[in-house]
Amino acid sequence: MKQKLTSLWQTLFGDSVRAFGVISVVFLFSIAIAPAKNHFSEWRYYQHGYLKMIRNRSDANTLQRHFEGGIQQIWLPELGVVDRCTSCHVGMKEAGLTDVSTQPFPPHPVIPHKLDQFGCAVCHRGQGAATTASEAHNSTLAGEQPILPAKYIESSCGECHRGSLPGTPVLNQGRYLLSRYGCVNCHTVKLPDGSTMKASDDPPSLSHIADKSSREWLYAWLKDPKAYASTATMPNFKLSDNDARDISTFLVANSTPLPGDSVTLSAKPSSDPAAGASLYGESFCASCHAVQNAAGNIVGGNVGPELTKIGSKVKPEWLQAWLRNPRNYDPGTAMPHYRFNDGQVATLSTFLLAKTDSDLLANVHLDAPTPEQIVHGKHLVSDYACASCHEIAGIKKPENFAPELSQIGSKSITQLIFLPGMPHTLPDYIAGKIKQPRAFSPGLRMPQYSFTSPQIDSLTTALLALNEYSTTLPASLTVPAVAESNYQPAGKAGMLMLDLACFSCHRINGQGGDMAPDLTWEGSSVQREWLVQFFRNPGTLRPALIRRMPRFNLTDGEANELTDYIMTVYQNPSVDRDSLPLSGYSRGEIELGKQLFYGKYACQGCHIVDTKTDKGYIGPTLAHVGSRLTAAWIYRWMKNPQALRPGTIEPNRAMSDEDASAITAFLISQKGGPTKEIAKK
Amino acid sequence: MNRRSSANLILCIAILTSTLSVSCSRKSTPEQLPKPAAFGTAIVESSGGKQIAQTGALLPQPLVVQVNDEQGNAVVGALIEFQAAPGVAFDPANGLTDASGQLTTNVTLGGMAGRYQITAFTTDKSRKRVELKIEEIALGYQQTLGSYLNTQYCDRCHNPESTVERVSNYDNLDVKPHPFSEGDTLNQMSDADLTAIISHGGPALSKSALMPAWGATLSKSDIQALISYIRAVSDPASRAAGPVYGRN
Repeated sequence: MKQKLTSLWQTLFGDSVRAFGVISVVFLFSIAIAPAKNHFSEWRYYQHGYLKMIRNRSDANTLQRHFEGGIQQIWLPELGVVDRCTSCHVGMKEAGLTDVSTQPFPPHPVIPHKLDQFGCAVCHRGQGAATTASEAHNSTLAGEQPILPAKYIESSCGECHRGSLPGTPVLNQGRYLLSRYGCVNCHTVKLPDGSTMKASDDPPSLSHIADKSSREWLYAWLKDPKAYASTATMPNFKLSDNDARDISTFLVANSTPLPGDSVTLSAKPSSDPAAGASLYGESFCASCHAVQNAAGNIVGGNVGPELTKIGSKVKPEWLQAWLRNPRNYDPGTAMPHYRFNDGQVATLSTFLLAKTDSDLLANVHLDAPTPEQIVHGKHLVSDYACASCHEIAGIKKPENFAPELSQIGSKSITQLIFLPGMPHTLPDYIAGKIKQPRAFSPGLRMPQYSFTSPQIDSLTTALLALNEYSTTLPASLTVPAVAESNYQPAGKAGMLMLDLACFSCHRINGQGGDMAPDLTWEGSSVQREWLVQFFRNPGTLRPALIRRMPRFNLTDGEANELTDYIMTVYQNPSVDRDSLPLSGYSRGEIELGKQLFYGKYACQGCHIVDTKTDKGYIGPTLAHVGSRLTAAWIYRWMKNPQALRPGTIEPNRAMSDEDASAITAFLISQKGGPTKEIAKK
Repeated sequence: MNRRSSANLILCIAILTSTLSVSCSRKSTPEQLPKPAAFGTAIVESSGGKQIAQTGALLPQPLVVQVNDEQGNAVVGALIEFQAAPGVAFDPANGLTDASGQLTTNVTLGGMAGRYQITAFTTDKSRKRVELKIEEIALGYQQTLGSYLNTQYCDRCHNPESTVERVSNYDNLDVKPHPFSEGDTLNQMSDADLTAIISHGGPALSKSALMPAWGATLSKSDIQALISYIRAVSDPASRAAGPVYGRN
């Protein structure tokens, strides 16, 4: 062995010439390593592959001309972008390659932005400067973030676009859920524009809860809100039997009676067994409240709480007081004050109280309340920060109870503790936290929500958009959200509008719901007589709608007060109500309008004028439109509907003045409806 | 002695290389598949095909496939495996058919817009592969925007299906509009034709005036988005819908 080694040494380094030769060869090899590594690099492999692929295509020449070899880089210093992704993703800008499905060659799908404007990693994350796929896509070393999975990609839109966008339903939904499920009641979310995200879940005050519900119901609700209502907003706090008992004992003991919460009715419920259901239907309760039907489907709106088992929840005298005037118990409620008479209150409450679930409270047997329970319950209420959402007399709303989430989307993964088996990425962490918050360590107090997988994905998307990057973006790039105005109607009519909760459904001057039409310009739009009559007896304008304006049993004085206010204040400056007459159009003009209506513009596709022949079901019925709308409004509407009501689905038909005048003449001649009777009086 | 030690050396090197190659090789042990209790001769779709979802999203409904025998009866305990292009995830990716001969899986689509071809396969008694191909549709940004515009402006007339919340206007129209899934008709129309009919209304192509002109309401990019949505959902598939991502 030794001999062999000695002879090998002799052969290689025996004399200076040999030694020089061998060292030269070794040296040569070592300097060849760098160019060889470059030659065999991944991006070169992909670029060769790309050239090979385009060679046989009919558009080979164009593609070849566009091709640039070598490392490609998008450098945008003001955004901090150094992206070399296009070194491998060669065909990114080639719209002609849409038929190619082999990565990394397909072109980028159509988006409203240019590649050279933002680069790649701004939206996709990952390591833009890397030149190998694994490093660019998957690196988690030193807190680096891997590429963002496709399901969360809309979070990147949210960095600049602070409002909702039609093309980003996942992000919109996530932001909605953050506010609708009250996440932001405990977790502060400061938005990049300096405002704080507000919750929209409207949790009830618990200061007078004993007037409304029993201790037993509270216990059952605390144990599992979903057992009472499958649509419950309140999450499950996974309380032990004793803890739930003590919290309910405390809440009942802490509750103070509210004057007016038990009324004596001067009338009995209707003897007709169907009267309750029909009053429920006529009052359009289902526009806001859902009920689970026999097939297990939830039917109805989600503005108010689900009423499937309402009889097991509320005390009869409280419900009657609530139906008489909900604003007594909760001045800020979204529920209108219906002005039911005592007979109606009795009928409706009897109907609602029959909606019970005998199983719900069957097994709830609570010990008699003790002072210890109350003390412990109060302690638990602070411990779980119940007052973050609910108003509770004597308990202050805690500040910063849960971690702030304003920049959760750029949290370093080195600061996170992952569950075993969980991929070490930020989106997986956030999604995991929402899915099973208590799994991460014993003693955590975040409750268990029952979000579906798509809901968790959309919440994660919205949270990922809250990152450091979004706060450091150049102001010119950000697109602010349209903020809800704090418009308040004035005077006596204003008080009336708040009492009737008009804003729960209607939007006026940038404030309010979207269930019913925007009323910002209602005074320019409708005729006074029609509006008064409509308040007394709201008819159906849109036959296909299941949500309609309820009848509030307004007095004549109230209807007039509201009408006067609307006619005076909600005026559009571009529509002069009196500029066009409501009658006196020539027969020829009306006939021309009719031809245009049914012929050129085919309006009968969506609207009904002749109830016998027309069938259009989308827009409002126009059978008596001449007694409802002003001629000036119809004319302006024909010219440009979106200018009067942004977002309306009536298409702008770019009508000439003559066509618009003729159609106005035809429509304004469609008189009739309930207003006629008033005219007679 | 020399010969013996060199033989030892070679042995050592051989052991070292083999351990190295085994430990360094990336190939992990193949996933343990459940053992089939029965075999069928055909595999059919029960539900969940041709669904539409955004790229990277979970399909709204699970995919349910069934294994049948020669007589067309459901086979219990047959092994089904699902495969698709990289990026598509199945939960579970394989399993045995249940008491009704079916296997249900939740499908998450890949990150590219287009059609994803899913292969579900089982083996018959002679270990021959029996497969079923199912397509699902993934909407990218542009098609998602188109989908929103469709819901907002088009769907009430072009979709004959009514829901409780939304009554279809289809039956009220004297000339019936084409549902956007009607590929046989819509695939014959060029993008330019569709743009013309959306912008200028039905009469632009001598069709019904019941189709209004949207050119003054929707922007050019909105109309493009709508067309890309229409192409994406047409059945049979439009060539303009882009590539089909299959197993590769």
